Amino acid sequence: MTGMSGGSERVLALLPELLLLLGAVSGLLLGLWTPQHRQWRVRLLVTAACLASAIAAAAALSEPAERVFEGTWVIDTTTGVVRIVVALGVAVLVWLASASLAGHPRETEAYVLMLLGGLGSIALAASGDLLLLVAGYLLASVPLYALAGFAKDSAGVEATMKYYLMGAFVGVLMLIGVAALVLAAGTTSYLDLAAQLPEASPALLAVGVLGVLAGVAFKAGAVPVHFWVPDVTAGTTPPMAAYLTTIPKIGAVAAAFRLLAEPFADVPLDVPLLVAVIAAASMTLGNLAAFNQTDVLRLLAYSTVSQVGYLFMVVAVAARTDLAVPALAIYLAGYAVTNIGAFAAVAAAPAARTITDWATAVGRHRWLVVSLVVCLLGLVGTPPTAIFIGKLAVFAAAWDGGLAWLVVIAAVNTVASLFYYLRWIAPAFAGVPAAPSMQEGAGSGPRTAAGTAQRTRRGVPTGLLHGAAVMSLLLGLGSGWWLAFALST
Amino acid sequence: MLLTVVIFLPLLAAGVLLAFPRIPSRAAIGVWVAASAVDLALVGWMWWRFESGEGASGVVDGLAYEADVQWIPTVDAGYHVGVDGLSLPLLALTGVLFLACAIYSLREPDRPHTYAALFLFLQTACLGTFASLDLILFFVFFDLSIVGMYFVIAGWGHGNARRSALKFFLYTFIGSLALLVGFIGLFLGSEERTFDMVALAENPPLADSPVAGGLVLLAIGLGLAVKTPLFPFHTWLPDAHTDAPAAGSAVLAGILLKLGTYGFVRIAMPILPDAWQRWAMVAVVVGVISVLWGAFVALAQTDVKRMIAYTSVNHMGYVLLGLGAAGLVASADEEARTVATVGAMYQMVSHGLLTGALFLLSGVLWSRGHTYAFDRWGGLARPAPVFAACFAIAAFGSLGLPGFSGFIAEFQVFTGALQAAPVATVIAVVGILVTAGLFLLALQRLLTGDTVVPSEPDPDKPGEGPGPERTDGGTATTTQPRTATRMKDLRGHELAAIIPLLLLALVLGLLPRALLDVLEPAAMAVVQLVSR
Repeated sequence: MTGMSGGSERVLALLPELLLLLGAVSGLLLGLWTPQHRQWRVRLLVTAACLASAIAAAAALSEPAERVFEGTWVIDTTTGVVRIVVALGVAVLVWLASASLAGHPRETEAYVLMLLGGLGSIALAASGDLLLLVAGYLLASVPLYALAGFAKDSAGVEATMKYYLMGAFVGVLMLIGVAALVLAAGTTSYLDLAAQLPEASPALLAVGVLGVLAGVAFKAGAVPVHFWVPDVTAGTTPPMAAYLTTIPKIGAVAAAFRLLAEPFADVPLDVPLLVAVIAAASMTLGNLAAFNQTDVLRLLAYSTVSQVGYLFMVVAVAARTDLAVPALAIYLAGYAVTNIGAFAAVAAAPAARTITDWATAVGRHRWLVVSLVVCLLGLVGTPPTAIFIGKLAVFAAAWDGGLAWLVVIAAVNTVASLFYYLRWIAPAFAGVPAAPSMQEGAGSGPRTAAGTAQRTRRGVPTGLLHGAAVMSLLLGLGSGWWLAFALST
Repeated sequence: MLLTVVIFLPLLAAGVLLAFPRIPSRAAIGVWVAASAVDLALVGWMWWRFESGEGASGVVDGLAYEADVQWIPTVDAGYHVGVDGLSLPLLALTGVLFLACAIYSLREPDRPHTYAALFLFLQTACLGTFASLDLILFFVFFDLSIVGMYFVIAGWGHGNARRSALKFFLYTFIGSLALLVGFIGLFLGSEERTFDMVALAENPPLADSPVAGGLVLLAIGLGLAVKTPLFPFHTWLPDAHTDAPAAGSAVLAGILLKLGTYGFVRIAMPILPDAWQRWAMVAVVVGVISVLWGAFVALAQTDVKRMIAYTSVNHMGYVLLGLGAAGLVASADEEARTVATVGAMYQMVSHGLLTGALFLLSGVLWSRGHTYAFDRWGGLARPAPVFAACFAIAAFGSLGLPGFSGFIAEFQVFTGALQAAPVATVIAVVGILVTAGLFLLALQRLLTGDTVVPSEPDPDKPGEGPGPERTDGGTATTTQPRTATRMKDLRGHELAAIIPLLLLALVLGLLPRALLDVLEPAAMAVVQLVSR
């Protein structure tokens, strides 16, 4: 129990989180006194808070791991990585959302909710106590319900309802799981659980493990609690979809990682096998479901489900190998960058819902296509992008942890995933000839698919798409540097 | 440093081409030619300065132009490149063939910037694969070559190009993933946990666990077999070749297939010597099946390009026969095994030159008549004597006529393999007969008899290969005179691309020492490493 501080807690150990909270509160206040057309000030403030938080987190990375507030809040490499990735991710997503939110009556509220959701994600990742995990789950859920239905259109409301109902249901499961674990071990702290659980009653333990894992799997969007992912992603706006499929997942995967590494490490059940099955099911079902999608958002939604499968591979071997922490550090960062990039590609042509529409809309902007190709092949795991390094590290870790069969399944799935990403890349690259869609739409007025999709939104989304593509390459090529930095404790 | 420049110079040129889309089309191809030429000159300089060393040297020692930079320290993967007797000939082949493709594509009308940029990107990927001394770096370049070739086929192919490109990508991607799994196995099996090929070859992993070693070799072998391609993983090859543009086919057959066979020599044999010895007979058998299958299926083709594609399966089969024989330590002496390995390496270079030339020549057919079907062509020797001469030379070289590089290669493979696997070798010789028959048949159908040229000119693109009568972008609208029924002979740039390849094949057939001096020490090193 090293690093347990005594009575005088180091409040400043939570500086990154405090900065985010401060940004949220002061952003709300600033928004109250700011005219509607000048709400970009809030955006700047929120961005500044995120950057400050990321810098504070980066500075804290080199310090030794510790547990503060009576062991409830763990600050180690995993937390540090999540802090940086989430803070930077929220900062980027605020700007991505600004393209559709600028001048919106509730612009400030959106930014503040995004910050709070990010805070919840970090809380999930950092929690060293079951009750804090529940609190983090709620904090990473409630703001997101509001964000999912932010546009107040029928699709968004439907998405929110599904998300909320499923979230509430799984939340109850999670509470049952926590209750069972408390019954079994008499404590909520991970460290005490790790000591007590091996002797606990297997039935209680099974209920507890299943319930708690259901909660984090729901936030991560893993099978079998992934049903919200496609509906919510397709029902909301592309920037919000990017947020919902990136920020909470990072925190949830890190939370699952910590659960497997600490309280569930020595329990008499084969929890790694359970997680490995979840991982295999997520990647396989996500890929199979993505095969026939023509809607770009649904395609990306299922792709995120399969990506979580790969991430859960490293969760499964969290306690078994030294390669796990670096693998998680690189894959989480790579996933965040690449996924945001892919959604930015959708946001760059907001009227285009299907693959062909998208290809028509970007038309001759070949750099857009190049960046899209980098991002999508990045999601496949083509070298030298970040996710390639992530996959390499994850595969090595899983094999080293004794799950060679899972590596084979993951490799097969990677090939399968290539198929549907190519379904998007091929028409975009070949440049869909305008003629066929014109003929189809002839006579049906100006609001044909080709007509509406012809507009691409220049500016922020395209810039972010290019930025994400470059970042994905840089993170891949500079992965050694990033890992050295992340693991510098 | 020099090697790094050689690898990344084409990529730099590609970046320039993409960054300045206002460069005129002809100048864009000019940049491509210039970059390839400079690159080839640098490779030539490297060859000139290369000391092949005394005795067995290569793979683990005698590496020249080495560079080693840490990339991912947690798994000990790095940018480790270097040149030895195995990689130098293939680097040179890459340089030569890409330059030939650049010259051949001088008049490419369709999006020349992107086309040139893609080929330059591919060149970097291929050079990088051959120069890599780190498994992850090898995989990175290996995979990038697939990506580049996918876009070449999908974007500039003809016929059912998108489908073929997809098939190619999926197939070879399966292979590369199997390869990656195998590499991870090597990493985890090694004592010092590294991806460095030199370190792994010095201290081979999984030596005392035959099952794990066999499985890892299976994964690696599968990955390389798809790329090579060996029976039964060859089915992507004919489609990809038929629908790829001529230069793409030449690179695909000439260079990309070698990535597979090179992987066997560089990775599978030295790093898994134990498993390679144990399973060498499988390599021999698969090689012989590929030889026969490729030859007989090629014989049945009605399409020139598909026929050439299947002969690639046949020729790669000889390589595997030689490499497999090199692993049969118990039944052959070191001398014979070295000869077999040298023959296999020689075959890689020889096949690259001759098949590259054949594919470029078949591209000429397409540009004149938009078909590869045998029954649409005939008696071309009369209207196009230069084409006929080149095609005949390439075909004779490819069937292994003495005096050409193919003969030296196949002769050494058979000599070396005879002692270790006599039955297999004798069966494989049958392949030579069939290949000879099918090439002669092709010559007969295309070049002799009454002149037959595809009659109806293609409606939208008359007389492809935008000749001087076509200005940029505009399709000639003048009424097409019935000259479409006349076969135009090779143009200057086509000649300039094809003749050097044939000449080199001839030189390597007449003066094999130039190449053998470089190959032999490295092949000897491989053989000694395998027999550990």
